[in-house]
Amino acid sequence: MDVTVTVNGTTYERDVEPRKLLIHFLRDDLDLTGSHVGCDTGNCGACSVIVDGVLVKSCMLLAVQANGASIETVEGLAEGDELTPLQLAFNEHHALQCGYCTPGMLMSATALLRENPSPSEDEIAKALQGNICRCTGYWNIVEAVKSVAK
Amino acid sequence: MIQSSETTLAPAPVEVQKGWGGQSVKRKEDKRLLQGEGVFVDDVKRHGMGYLHFVRSPYAHAHITRVDVSAAEAIDGVYGTLTGEEVAALTDPFFQISSVPGANIKDFSLAVGKVRYVGEPVVAVVAETRELARDASELVEVDYEPLAAVVDARVAQDSDTPVLHDDAGGNLMWSGLYSWGDLDAAFAEADRVVKIPELHFHRFNSTPLECDGALVEYNRGVSQWTIHTNNQFPGFAAIMMGPAMKVGLDKLRFVTQDIGGGFGNKITSHPQLVVCCLLARKLNRPVQWTEWRTDFHLSMSHGNERWFRDTEVAVKDDGTLLGFRTKALDDAGAWLRYEPLGGVIWAQVTPGMYRWKHIELEFTQVATNKAPVSPNRGYSRMQHLWFTERVIDIVARELDLDPVEVRKRNYVRAEDMPYTTPNGCVYDSGDYAAMLDLALGLVGYDSMEARRADAKERGKLLGVGIGSTLDSGTNNFGQSRLINPELQFSGNNEVATVKLDIFGEIVVTLGTTPQGQGHETTAAQVVADILNCSVDDVHVRAGHDSYWNSHAGFSGTYASQFAVTGLSAVKGATEMLAAEIKKLAGAVFGGVPAEALELADGGVRIKESPDAFLPFMACGAIINANNAGLPEDLDVTLNCRYVYRPPFEVPDVETKMGNLTLTYACQVHVAVVEVDPETGAYEIVDYAAVDDCGKRINPQIVEGQVMGATAQAIGAAVHETYEYDEDGNLLTPNFYDYHVPHALDMPPLATGAIESPSPFTPLGTKGMGEGGGAGIHAVCAAIQDATGQIVTDSHNPYQRVWRLLQEAKA
Ligand code: FES
Ligand code: FES
Repeated sequence: MDVTVTVNGTTYERDVEPRKLLIHFLRDDLDLTGSHVGCDTGNCGACSVIVDGVLVKSCMLLAVQANGASIETVEGLAEGDELTPLQLAFNEHHALQCGYCTPGMLMSATALLRENPSPSEDEIAKALQGNICRCTGYWNIVEAVKSVAK
Repeated sequence: MIQSSETTLAPAPVEVQKGWGGQSVKRKEDKRLLQGEGVFVDDVKRHGMGYLHFVRSPYAHAHITRVDVSAAEAIDGVYGTLTGEEVAALTDPFFQISSVPGANIKDFSLAVGKVRYVGEPVVAVVAETRELARDASELVEVDYEPLAAVVDARVAQDSDTPVLHDDAGGNLMWSGLYSWGDLDAAFAEADRVVKIPELHFHRFNSTPLECDGALVEYNRGVSQWTIHTNNQFPGFAAIMMGPAMKVGLDKLRFVTQDIGGGFGNKITSHPQLVVCCLLARKLNRPVQWTEWRTDFHLSMSHGNERWFRDTEVAVKDDGTLLGFRTKALDDAGAWLRYEPLGGVIWAQVTPGMYRWKHIELEFTQVATNKAPVSPNRGYSRMQHLWFTERVIDIVARELDLDPVEVRKRNYVRAEDMPYTTPNGCVYDSGDYAAMLDLALGLVGYDSMEARRADAKERGKLLGVGIGSTLDSGTNNFGQSRLINPELQFSGNNEVATVKLDIFGEIVVTLGTTPQGQGHETTAAQVVADILNCSVDDVHVRAGHDSYWNSHAGFSGTYASQFAVTGLSAVKGATEMLAAEIKKLAGAVFGGVPAEALELADGGVRIKESPDAFLPFMACGAIINANNAGLPEDLDVTLNCRYVYRPPFEVPDVETKMGNLTLTYACQVHVAVVEVDPETGAYEIVDYAAVDDCGKRINPQIVEGQVMGATAQAIGAAVHETYEYDEDGNLLTPNFYDYHVPHALDMPPLATGAIESPSPFTPLGTKGMGEGGGAGIHAVCAAIQDATGQIVTDSHNPYQRVWRLLQEAKA
């Protein structure tokens, strides 16, 4: 099936197998390998992207369902080499170790901050509860997000 | 609830390192990872590659009577398959670490003739897409003749229990008796003997967020495989794979950049890598394999499940611990992939943190129809330390003593350091009692009785628990001989190269395979201090490539050792480079001795006349591209390779005495829980983690490791378990059923640090990162304190606590 999506401002047109997951479409067909796969049950959030302004787990969506959508992925956060304040805060607060969960965490936190620029610690933790990190124990991630909250 | 953590430094004076070492330098690897530009194994692609999917056993134990791949192979887009029969024809069984009977088992990379656990790979299918490979796998026909399964290690050796490996003549894989000191004297001297019939340490693992994987290319012309993989111990994988595949190790090139967590769980992927290699050769195309989460849970690297039975502890009335004897029964699962090394690794921390002198432990490892066990953060020591901590708290309860006092009375004392344990391990440094005080202070222990009363008023039971552990690091591989005296392994090593390139670039290559531990950063800190330059000027190559000539037999990232082995190699290589730079400059300046020179400002200069300055760029250019006229005897390459070899002796096989690791980082954790007496639900309301890993090159990275280990321990204590039903089906085969902690599950955390430099390591560092599962021990102790009931299992979900409370009522 023909699918047209805009990802981080670039429009792609591809012929896609109907059953292909959006995450595999992004990674395998568009070579946008920043978003990751950490599970097969929709629990880990490593694949989180923003589709038409809504945070979604891209393993829970078929690529064809995203037809016509505008998608934001981790690759689109920084302006060239200029990291966003959130990305810089992750570095500052050591909010990543292996970095595998990080793209998903960044997308979830970005979505949160757009909706609620001054979240409390509890609101941050709640917003990140769909994202698993096995390295950090979350303390520094919450700390990083908190540091850029207005 | 999550709350920020703060680090408290011990009040004791701490010698702060000068320069970059000791600073929380921001990580160099972060930028690429934050932009989604890391290269993880599934990101590696090759033209024409095929995706591999494993057909796995639905049975825990069954004969394979027929395998038919023809329907799968007939599908358009399916490139080919591999069966167990082919594997048996093309390869030898993997070399076994065990002595007999475990030595006799025949382990191939796909099931041959029989399956022994649910999820065991039986056939591999390679196709044009992931989806097609998966679909085609459904068309592979395998007929099974099911057999009864053994899922409880305690009955594995009974005469009516089915046997997994006929070659071994039973389910016993390995056993050994460890006995040190004089047990009879200890029990004769004892005022009391505390008996503990059975303790159980449950099965779980660290579930790195990235599953295993590989992209394997075969170069037909030179008969060589390039294996892009996230295996975290390529040295071990090579030793396993080469002989099985009947090729020299030069034919196996391992390449890694970023790894999405390992925690020991990515050490034993060698069977799957062999399958990828065989298929890459058979199909003459690159083969890509990415494990699915369910596959990981079903088949990879479960942590060792262990029982401690018939434990007897000799104690004095005042709580002085004299000795103990116990029988450890270890459930290896279906195959010995790294086992039975767990049968000796625990001995690194034989007495825990305590001055027990007389110890006897009978270790038995059996096979069961469950996934094979392999290293998992805190490998084998965690189980044993949980045992020693349980014993302390049970003894304290039986003697009606304060667990804090029993610990302090028996801890190895700061003044005893370095302390030789009953089995010859040498604890290098530390002040355990000071750590305990610091940890107790961080949770406000002084006001605990008031809090207990307050909790009671709210209808809650408050409990406080301590977990004190060792994170022994830098293995002496000679300990493997206590498992099998025939083995020819001993010592340890790690390699680094440091060079000046043509334009003066400082390029560092490591032999390690980091999975988030920040090696690029800490290595740069060490280099910058020696070359007196900025960390920004130091380029540490990301990842591992066995073509780089910077690896040795034990290269990899595992077993809490980088700060010792990796950084000592970096230090050695950089010091060589610094000496060569001075030698070169001395010659260029017309015979100036090295002592008269210093490195500064990105170059080398004469101390007395700083204007005589040679930038690194000039040094690199002269040696690499402009070397005519240099003195003939100037043996300078500016490309220095150093192998760090820790000072070890081979342990005594007869007495089982010897120093099994070089460093002994230590942790004291304190957990405060509040239990709902009606439901057994509990919350960790306060938590402190104090760590001492000697000199910290980068305190923020150290703290990050402490946090990660804490979170994993809490997850294991409360939620995570690989439980099987009686037919051998895993009940938690994915993240839906296997609950790992989320941000909301994390308790408020306070961290603290003490620095007791190791006298045995070049930088005063100790390996760290695994922790000793202190969180599990602390939570168990806190539940025991809250409920008043002895906790006998390491896994305490709410329903188990509820049962404890019912027992208390009854
Ligand atoms: S991969 Fe999408 S939630 Fe785990
Ligand atoms: S940093 Fe490794 S999973 Fe989060």
